[in-house]
Amino acid sequence: MNKWTRRAFLSTGVIAGTGLVVGISIRPGNRAQGLNELMAGENETLVHAYIKIDADNVVTAIIPHSEMGQGIHTSLAQMVADELDADWDLVRAEEAPALDEYANYAVGKGFLMPGAKFPDIIVPSIDGALMQIADVLNLQITGGSGSIRFTGELGSRIAGAATRQLLVQAAAEAWQVPVGEIETVKSHLIHRASSRNEPYAAFAAAAATMTPSYTPKLKRQDQFKIMGQHVQRFDIPSKVDGTAQFALDVRLPDMLYATITRSPVFGGTLVSTKDEAARAISGVVDVIELPPIESDDMVGGFSAGGSVAVLADGYWPAIQGLKALEIEWDSAGNESVSSDKIFAQFDADISAAQERKTDSSIGDADSVFDSAANIISADYRVPYLAHTCMEPLNATAEVKDGRCEIWIGCQNPLGFRQAVADALKIDAEKVTLHNQFMGGGFGRKARPDYAIQAALVAQHAGRPVQLIWSREEDIRQDFYRPAVQSRFRAALDNDGNPIAWENTYVDKHEPIEAPLIPYAIPSQNIGYVASPTHVPFGAWRSVDHSQHGFFTESFIDEVAVAAGKDPYAYRASLLSNHPRHLAVLERVATEAQWDRPLAEGRGRGISLQESFGTLVAQVVEVTIVDGDMSVDRVVAVIDAGFAISPDGITAQVESAIIYGLTAALYGEITIENGAVMQSNFHDYEAVRMDKAPTIETHIINSGHAMGGAGEPGTPGIAPALANAVFDATGIRVRNLPLNQFNLRFGVEDTGLAG
Amino acid sequence: MAVLIVNGTREEIDIDPSTPLLWALREKLALTGTKFGCGIAQCGACTVHVDGKPIRSCSTPISAVEGKNITTIEGLAPSSEELHPLQSAWIEHQVPQCGYCQSGQLMSAAALLASNPNPSDADIDSAMRGNICRCGMYGRIRQAIKSTAAYYEVASTSESTDQALEVSGE
Repeated sequence: MNKWTRRAFLSTGVIAGTGLVVGISIRPGNRAQGLNELMAGENETLVHAYIKIDADNVVTAIIPHSEMGQGIHTSLAQMVADELDADWDLVRAEEAPALDEYANYAVGKGFLMPGAKFPDIIVPSIDGALMQIADVLNLQITGGSGSIRFTGELGSRIAGAATRQLLVQAAAEAWQVPVGEIETVKSHLIHRASSRNEPYAAFAAAAATMTPSYTPKLKRQDQFKIMGQHVQRFDIPSKVDGTAQFALDVRLPDMLYATITRSPVFGGTLVSTKDEAARAISGVVDVIELPPIESDDMVGGFSAGGSVAVLADGYWPAIQGLKALEIEWDSAGNESVSSDKIFAQFDADISAAQERKTDSSIGDADSVFDSAANIISADYRVPYLAHTCMEPLNATAEVKDGRCEIWIGCQNPLGFRQAVADALKIDAEKVTLHNQFMGGGFGRKARPDYAIQAALVAQHAGRPVQLIWSREEDIRQDFYRPAVQSRFRAALDNDGNPIAWENTYVDKHEPIEAPLIPYAIPSQNIGYVASPTHVPFGAWRSVDHSQHGFFTESFIDEVAVAAGKDPYAYRASLLSNHPRHLAVLERVATEAQWDRPLAEGRGRGISLQESFGTLVAQVVEVTIVDGDMSVDRVVAVIDAGFAISPDGITAQVESAIIYGLTAALYGEITIENGAVMQSNFHDYEAVRMDKAPTIETHIINSGHAMGGAGEPGTPGIAPALANAVFDATGIRVRNLPLNQFNLRFGVEDTGLAG
Repeated sequence: MAVLIVNGTREEIDIDPSTPLLWALREKLALTGTKFGCGIAQCGACTVHVDGKPIRSCSTPISAVEGKNITTIEGLAPSSEELHPLQSAWIEHQVPQCGYCQSGQLMSAAALLASNPNPSDADIDSAMRGNICRCGMYGRIRQAIKSTAAYYEVASTSESTDQALEVSGE
């Protein structure tokens, strides 16, 4: 069982916060001692911790987030550049190094005090406190769909606006004119009365000696020039010609390669290794046994069993060597655990309802159920899911002279740096982490197990080592989206209106609001019971929303059907208190032409999901002929408040839908004898070109507080699809994945999850 | 010792010839644009051309391709100053997200258009279904292939129009 969840961060962070508000020396935006030397290249001036300006007037936005395809290096640069009034053609982006100065105080602030407003005078103290908390927690996380809404809104924009103020101030002093007479246009400072026009570069050095404001005046939405525009992503040209460097592409002199395997039964330890056959393979250099590893990192904490690595002069001999090993593992008493037993345990724990905890209790649901005439009930289940990032886990490390240098693609560079330091028993300052483009992340690359392994193997080898996981290891040693069961009851009055909603599910993680519903049902009781298993779990794109979105948006569909109502109209009738939700739902119905009749064999389903501050509604159309289903079309509407990068947000919705569709159609990790059965893409399938639907994305800029974009498209696809299957066939899909259902005869296969 | 012809250059490599081509490219020749994704020809990230045909280099031994013309993503563009039309279309349509699978996607698409300049949707499905994109950019890949095919068509239509005129003049 994992020691830490993301909740641990929330509670611990709040407690730490109360003790740290006074006595702050380092504050966000300040250029800490020595940062300029670290960050500024030749002819560059670090004007703000987040901004460099060079002699050719090129502005470089420093981005404290990892790039895994979500385009964040470009979007946050747009936010810096717009507030700075920079010339977009002369803007670049650079990922911040894994240094304390670039801890995500804004992400912490967003999670700890969402929407909080403070008087300007205390903002520096609050921000300073959060900066220290983020530093202490080694928080440099890219996740929670938080980069734009937290770092962008509370960091990048402020950096841009504050730097613009500094440049104006510097010019005003040099020209001896009032600051109010100076305009900033496309990276130039202009004083019309005296016909002066100088590039920002001319005043960068002077501005860099001043202290930036924490509370500069920000633009109104109608003043945006770069935010909200379609711009080309910075990272794309390098991703079409093979030059983009991922961690797997790092090449060091004298480097060896290694691959590794961990106890197939989670938590198991190594008993013995017979390695004669492996060592006899040409190219194999060594066989290394590693002890169980763990990290108490607030975000990516974990514990994992022992492992064996094969060191060689190439990956091929290393993997041949690994296959030649005869390893005996101690399975820590978990060797008889199976998916069937896990789901039986969930079922029993929900029925027993011992120590049930409540998420939300409105009205008196129990007494409504006691007297209701029309009650419907259903149990839903989802299996474990792996992440299967396209780039298998890997890291390249060198451990020498009490220091470690590591090249890796990860979602939390500071957390990984600390985890590696702890494993090597050295100070974090002795670890230099070079974060690379990630070939997918989806939550998996927030856990530093592969970084620790690479560091330990490199330490043993005494020279640089690139550790590469096989795809089989990647699928069998994941931190999985948890398997979950969720039990529902709903009571309806004589007109079909829902009067009570009851939901009990197993195991709660993040975000806490995931099982809640927006619908106006007067009595609600939503809660959970603990039902721990030995299977390691972690964040998986949209985290708990990925399962609860499927559960709640499917069951509300069942309630609508029981009431004899149209599923769209029924939802809409329950959203009178949520006009923003209603607008998104109505827009998707309009765009998808909800009322247009469909041909025989076709079906249409709808869903609405709020997650990470963003609303997404989806309509899915399917065709089912002779039991074969094709997912034809998905229409999605997203309201993330304001789309900084409209094409970027569209691409994220497309991506999130396909990711969720893969899970809905095929995704299933099954446990037998305590271990994972699946091994590679042939038995853990992904949606491919021929199965990918047409996706139409529509953006609403409602002007509400900015929401996230990377995850909110994922939760709604599974329920909209399952609802479409019901529409076409009358089969109600309560267990995923869909490929276990025989849609020809309407008979559910009693598979592992069935 | 194995002899490979990669992107027009003859390379002598000290490697066991039963090793898959992928590892010779990545580890011996530092051509890291070709990616490792699954190791069993299921994901397409390692796709390269051998004598113009797309193959999965993770499952093709070096011994099977010695002496043949191998083209990797690094050799797809006609010159260092010019992109392949598909690469331009990939930028135009902002196709890549994480980008890790895109070398393989581009090599499969280039082989498709070389043999079938005007592919139907079914042709695209069939040629591209071996390449997984976990970021799910299939819609953009399809659009980019079609826009490149249309570009080829415009180029070839002007030629065929000339031929048609000659034919009709007979």
